[in-house]
Amino acid sequence: MREPGTLRQEAEALAGPLPPLLAAAEHLAASVMPGQHGRRRVGQGDEFWQYRPGHAGDEARMIDWRRSAKSDDALFVREKEWQAAQSVMLWLDMGQSMDFASDQNLPTKADDARRLALALAVLLIRGGERVGLTNIGLPPRSGELQLFRLTTSLAQGVDASEYAAPELRGVPARSRAVFLSDFMGDFDSVRGAVTAAADRGISGALVQVLDPAEEAFPFDGRTIFESMGGTLTHETLKAGDLRERYLERLAARKSELRALAAATGWQYHLHHTGTSPTGALLWLYTALERVH
Amino acid sequence: MWSIGAIGFTTPWLLLGLLALPILWILLRAVPPAPIRRRFPGIALLLGLSDDETQTDRTPWWLLLLRMFAIAAAIVGFSGPVLNPQPENAGTGSLLVLIDGTWADASDWARRVDRIGAVLDEAQQSGRETALVSLTDLPPDGGLPFRAAGVWQSILPGIQPNAWLPDAAEVREWANGLDGQFDTLWFSDGLDHGWRADVLDRLQDKGTVTAFETAAPVVALKPARFQDGNIALEAVRNRTGTGATLTIAAHGLDPAGTPRRLATVDLTFALGETSATTELSLPAELRNRVTRFEILGQRSAGSISLTDDSLQRREIAVIAARDEREGLRLLSPTHYLEQALEPNADLINGTLDDLILANPDVIILADVVSLSGSEPQALTDWIEDGGLLLRFAGPRLAASDLARDSEDQLMPVRLRAGGRTVGGAMSWGEPKSLRDFSPESPFYGLAIPDDVTVTSQVVAQPDPTLAERTIATLADGTPLVTRKRIGAGQVVLFHVTANAEWSTLPLSGLFVQMLERLSVSTRQGELSAEELAGTIWTPDQVLSAFGEIEEAGTLPGVPGEVLAEGAPGPDMPPGLYAGEDRRIALNVVNTDTELRPIAWPSTVTVEGFQITEDVPLKGILLGAALLALMIDVLATLWLSGRLVAMKGATIAAFATLAVISAAPRAQAQDDADLAKIIAAASEVTFGYVVTGDPSLDRVSEAGLRGLSTILLRRTSVEPVDPVAVNLETDDLSVYPFLYWPITTEQPRPSSEAYAKLNRYLRGGGLILFDTRDANTAGFGATTPNARKLQELALALDIPPLEPIPSDHVLTRTFYLIQDFPGRHISREVWVEAAPADAEQVEGMPFRNLNDNVTPVVIGSNDWASAWAIDRSGAPMFPIGRGFAGERQREIAYRFGVNLIMHVLTGNYKSDQVHVPALLDRLGQ
Repeated sequence: MREPGTLRQEAEALAGPLPPLLAAAEHLAASVMPGQHGRRRVGQGDEFWQYRPGHAGDEARMIDWRRSAKSDDALFVREKEWQAAQSVMLWLDMGQSMDFASDQNLPTKADDARRLALALAVLLIRGGERVGLTNIGLPPRSGELQLFRLTTSLAQGVDASEYAAPELRGVPARSRAVFLSDFMGDFDSVRGAVTAAADRGISGALVQVLDPAEEAFPFDGRTIFESMGGTLTHETLKAGDLRERYLERLAARKSELRALAAATGWQYHLHHTGTSPTGALLWLYTALERVH
Repeated sequence: MWSIGAIGFTTPWLLLGLLALPILWILLRAVPPAPIRRRFPGIALLLGLSDDETQTDRTPWWLLLLRMFAIAAAIVGFSGPVLNPQPENAGTGSLLVLIDGTWADASDWARRVDRIGAVLDEAQQSGRETALVSLTDLPPDGGLPFRAAGVWQSILPGIQPNAWLPDAAEVREWANGLDGQFDTLWFSDGLDHGWRADVLDRLQDKGTVTAFETAAPVVALKPARFQDGNIALEAVRNRTGTGATLTIAAHGLDPAGTPRRLATVDLTFALGETSATTELSLPAELRNRVTRFEILGQRSAGSISLTDDSLQRREIAVIAARDEREGLRLLSPTHYLEQALEPNADLINGTLDDLILANPDVIILADVVSLSGSEPQALTDWIEDGGLLLRFAGPRLAASDLARDSEDQLMPVRLRAGGRTVGGAMSWGEPKSLRDFSPESPFYGLAIPDDVTVTSQVVAQPDPTLAERTIATLADGTPLVTRKRIGAGQVVLFHVTANAEWSTLPLSGLFVQMLERLSVSTRQGELSAEELAGTIWTPDQVLSAFGEIEEAGTLPGVPGEVLAEGAPGPDMPPGLYAGEDRRIALNVVNTDTELRPIAWPSTVTVEGFQITEDVPLKGILLGAALLALMIDVLATLWLSGRLVAMKGATIAAFATLAVISAAPRAQAQDDADLAKIIAAASEVTFGYVVTGDPSLDRVSEAGLRGLSTILLRRTSVEPVDPVAVNLETDDLSVYPFLYWPITTEQPRPSSEAYAKLNRYLRGGGLILFDTRDANTAGFGATTPNARKLQELALALDIPPLEPIPSDHVLTRTFYLIQDFPGRHISREVWVEAAPADAEQVEGMPFRNLNDNVTPVVIGSNDWASAWAIDRSGAPMFPIGRGFAGERQREIAYRFGVNLIMHVLTGNYKSDQVHVPALLDRLGQ
């Protein structure tokens, strides 16, 4: 259980040096102002789009009287540009496997993932985007209040299961999603979730968070390995002998993830605890901004 | 005590415990190491993997062996092992401890005393009556002074060896006078002497004789002598078993008068040889200073050889008048002189000024008339200090006005004009021969050969002092050799030439003898007994048996006859004896000494000096057991993989071990350095200066890597990965470009590092200094980083600087840029100032600027952060906002590209200024 206040503070500190982040609208140039994304057509919005001659059926309150007064006889209606904010849904692995740090000086994987997720949320919400959390089905909304809700939810505890599967609860079609996990668990559930998301037009990013020990497997001698929840055990007499095969499997898992990302139009990034999360955040920034 | 070989056991029955070892083996083998439990999320990937081999569930054999060793060592340790248990073998009756007490004993005297002490201890324990006799210091009343051994114990420290050998007659007489029955312990010096066999016979009549002698050879140094211009040194020894190399040092006073070692030379005994020789070549200056030769590492009078005057050779300066004729050696004015002097003296040549500075013993002027400037005065001063000026007449002297009217300071007599010729084709009379030398003359007693005749000479003016100054005359009484004393020195004039032109004197043996008598040439060999007869020699310095030189004090003088025998004794200790005008060295070893080992008969037991003591081994064995158990702890931890958890502590422990084997690592370090230099020199390599702040160094590295990537993509420059440069240890010359970020914490480089940096800057290198703070202070104030930069750059050889002018070549070496942003945007970037006379030529876009690469670029824009990329190629730091920020990063890269192009191509783009002019000329 994390203190919501601390978590928010850390995330703010992490997001501080970055300019407000925009998840790019697909048809919008990269250089738009921060905020809502104009759709280059008439619709709901705050920004002026064009004047058009009034015609029958226009309500009187729609007439722009100042503009109409300048002309001889025509009436003009002021139209606004249709603006729509992007929705980004976050899924954070809350399984027990994330609650692991190989060294007491290292943050746990869950810590890093939470901080990263919230920093992203801070950036997106500052940029006027809507952010939601699929873990608890928090629908995408914008505003500081949403940030508060996110913080509270993220800081809440750990899932009971050893390895969690991605959820797509309440993800609107054609929105964006970001999955943060170690992806150590059942790979089929990940594949299922990502392909299902791709089917619904959702694109996004997979961020794999790993501990250095999981990359190096620095174990030797007679060892009984236990999962974080203690439900799984594996005994070996010479852990050093397993290293090669373990690393092969890990590499296979990574390449599977990469292949899955490539096949579905998602993007994949590997982050290690202990390294600066700024790099991962910067990558997420560019990944969500990227035009498809 | 029960014993095996040299090891005894106090409680041997405990050794039965060793029988239990095989049972222990089986027990230990059955217990595998305990597993370790680890939480590990990656277990999902491990499921289903099985072990390849299964033998490690048993303890490995080497660990078992270690444990068995520990237990065996403990069992053996507790059974009380003792090395060299002492058997008791006390004799009975009286005991004579006989010491040779010569110089040959001195080098291991302490061990002898220890051994004698042990012998006396034993004698005291068994209550034996003991006598202690030194052969070089026999009891005055003869016989044997038997006392309790404890008495001798207290006297023993006062007994010292003497620097001479025992007198054979006295020793024989003493031995014959012995009576009673006693056993003898003879501590011999290892040298065979004529009397030894007789004395041994006599002692064996009285009881058993046990001899003690050292296995090490006795080495002695013979007096040095001259041989072919070098000093020949010879050493002898009594045992020939091994080859050995000794170092011989020549000691003497340095020019400041301080005793010091002047030279050393190695001397090698071949296997089976009793003597070895070597040669030492020393300049005459040094050779005359040598007072003694010494075998280093030996501590006896035999290893010291004092030198006397016989080693000294006189330095003689020979100056002849300028010779117009070439190649006529036999007519050369100095040929016969050189022939006569060469064997016994060192001749030096040169100008008079230089020769006086060298302070020779003798200066010879052969037919030299004119001395210029300060030379006469310098020569006079030198004579007054004891120099001998030897002049020869000749045609020039005869023709000159020197000493004609008044007596010249540097001539003994006045001369008549012209000289005279007798017995020539145009004159009357026969060539004159020499008259016998008068008793006052230094030449008195020399035989005059018949064939010595004089045909020409210069003639002295009759003066009141002429008679006393004449030391040789012709048959008709005309002076031939005259002498005048000046101060402590003298001037001698031969009234004939030094060659055979005017007389046959130089061709004769008499000439050489005369020179000898004048102490010009001294052939100081061994003095014969006749020469020594009737003289008294007083000791100056004496030599102790240990080879220490002591002032003689008030020792009485020694008659020359005794000294001639050359055998040191109590009345005549070895040392340096001074006579009237020379000194004689009396060494314990003379030129024909031979050292022979003693051949003891088989009836005599011979022992060495080492005292065997019983060594309890219990502590060692128990310690070994404990150590083995500690190793076992570590090994067990390692086997079960728990050693990883305590990585830090273990590394510290092993680091201390590694320090012990640091020497090979230093070699490896050199190799690594060389490999680094070769790698850097074979490609374009950028370096960044290590600041000591790891995160900053990482940024520098990533920045240069980012810049390298851009260069690789866009230009033909293909740099390899950047290299961390340590200013103190690395060679800078292989890096064309150095990036130096400034932090306030970084240490100041050493002066050697600054020397390297300055060489680097002068050699065309470029350093980019980056204070990384966007110069936030502004308006003339300085930031802490800028102050640090000023402090660091103080010792650097940096030319005058100016902010980059708009036409600087950096603005156009690859891209056309006007701003040089990094992570910050600041215009303040400084480069070497353009020369003051640089002017813009009409029609040219740029000034014709300085013709080299600016050695430094100084800015504050934190370029490395802008360039930095991580391993996946993504930028590490955000810059600015949105698109404008990316644009700024791009310009930063362009600045980097321009900078590298400037480093690599110099002013190439500046030269483009001349293209119109060149094209114009080509057109003509």
